[in-house]
Amino acid sequence: MRPLVLGLRQRPDQRLDLSPLVPHLLAGKTAAEIERIELQTTKHRVTVGDAFRLRPGGTDQLRIEAACDRLDRIGQDLRDGEIRVEGDAGIHAGRGMRGGRLAIDGNADAWAASGMSGGHIEISGTAGERLGGPLPGETAGMRGGTVVVRGDAGDRAADRMRRGMIIIEGNAGAHAGSRMIAGTLIVCRNCGPMPGYLMSRGTIMLAGHCEELSPTFVDCGSHELVAMRLMAEFAGRYSKRAASMVSGRLRRLAGDMAVLGKGELFVKDRD
Amino acid sequence: MPQLIANGVRIDDTFAEAFGMRATAIVITAESARWARQAADTMTGFATSVIGCGSEAAIDRELAGNETPDGRPGVRVLLFAVSTAELQKQLQTRVAQCVLTSPGSACYAGLAGEEKLKLGDALRYFGDGWQISKRLGDKRYWRVPVMDGEFVCEATTGFTKNAVGGGNLILMGKESRRTLAAAEAAVKAIRAVPDAIAPFPGGIARSGSKVGSKYKKAPASTNEAYCPTLKGAVESALDPDVAAVLEIVIDGLVPAAVAAAMRAAMAAVVSLGPAQGVVRIGAGNYGGKLGPHHFHLKDLLP
Repeated sequence: MRPLVLGLRQRPDQRLDLSPLVPHLLAGKTAAEIERIELQTTKHRVTVGDAFRLRPGGTDQLRIEAACDRLDRIGQDLRDGEIRVEGDAGIHAGRGMRGGRLAIDGNADAWAASGMSGGHIEISGTAGERLGGPLPGETAGMRGGTVVVRGDAGDRAADRMRRGMIIIEGNAGAHAGSRMIAGTLIVCRNCGPMPGYLMSRGTIMLAGHCEELSPTFVDCGSHELVAMRLMAEFAGRYSKRAASMVSGRLRRLAGDMAVLGKGELFVKDRD
Repeated sequence: MPQLIANGVRIDDTFAEAFGMRATAIVITAESARWARQAADTMTGFATSVIGCGSEAAIDRELAGNETPDGRPGVRVLLFAVSTAELQKQLQTRVAQCVLTSPGSACYAGLAGEEKLKLGDALRYFGDGWQISKRLGDKRYWRVPVMDGEFVCEATTGFTKNAVGGGNLILMGKESRRTLAAAEAAVKAIRAVPDAIAPFPGGIARSGSKVGSKYKKAPASTNEAYCPTLKGAVESALDPDVAAVLEIVIDGLVPAAVAAAMRAAMAAVVSLGPAQGVVRIGAGNYGGKLGPHHFHLKDLLP
């Protein structure tokens, strides 16, 4: 069945909340009913019909065409099905996602994959700050699923991450994996200062150069671990670059000793 | 007993009587096939019969690197027991003592299924707080620090309540050497059948037993009816030309696997003929009153 297509008419005057546009909330609705859904974030009313040109199709697959960074909360609480975004996405893309697939053919703003617990997100461009991270007041960030960013990611990617895997094929900003509780973060290129800052558990893998490593990570030697084979196989389903990075001999640094210290940071062994 | 003849080998018109069992499977990998086998052999060595070992276990098949989760060579081991609790206990003890301890080993689920047994979930405590949980997709692994690196173990493995234990063939020959050759051919054929094992040493049992004994403490004792040295002294089941008997016991994850293994074993033995193998094939049963699974030899003839 053809997907339901939403073509953005023009860049909206206000930020729009696209959280109602997920398959499980659209199921059973007619095109006319979908067009009447309100998306505004200010007092000025904007409906789907005002902002988008609809091409009817199955609601288990959505395509948002000509998207821009003012479209927030795309795929929020997505349970199943697929949403493909052609263009950029605003903040909170895939926030609270539980299943399904969100593909963004562009850049995503801050807090993409925030609080996500299942499913798969792929961002072909860059991701803003706090990728997978929690909102203020929340105790955990990403809790499951996989995220692949083909470009760079902003500061504090995987902040307070608890489960799942984030792959950043480009560079990561400062404090990648800060306060991690568990889960896996793979950075295929360089990363900013202090990766793993205050992480208690979890795994961070860095392929490239690190601007500044916290002195509270301790060297545990160079190893070729069986677990890395499993991670390489799993990561390879989403990113060949990540798989090649995970393979081979890696130096294990344990930390952050400023807190629990049961996290680990793997870097390519250059000896 | 009525008999059929196949390639000169007499086939008793009888059946093997088998019982329902609980079973699980695990995959053991290591740096080399040799060390994967070593771990599996150690784990399954003392697992010939539930009567004295608590479980029956053996290698189901060897796995190439592209068939294992971590890409290293490995083996698949099947483990059978009479209850779920005993199966859990045996799995946990045997993996802890024989696989965890083996250099470079890792252990994964070898059977899918909704019902699970604890694998790494039970062994992780060896890590004394340094163990690391890693969830990848829908699988969860434990990484336990050990002296050669880490012992990686999947959290759980599946088990089945549809397994069958006690499929068997009794091979009767004119002398020991040719009887053993026939039994070896049978075991080789069984090893090619998936989901079935022959748990006795090298797949072969020389001490077929009966239930009970004249001694109160012994739950089982030698089956004198099949002992050639007692032919004249007891009510023997053996013909005058039989001087050596070996038994193959077969366990399978499903009844069809046991049937397939018995069929393959009979084909291998029959193909040898009486000149190179045995003169007669029989099977053990309890009159059909105890075990729900009956494998009739005439239905399994090649």
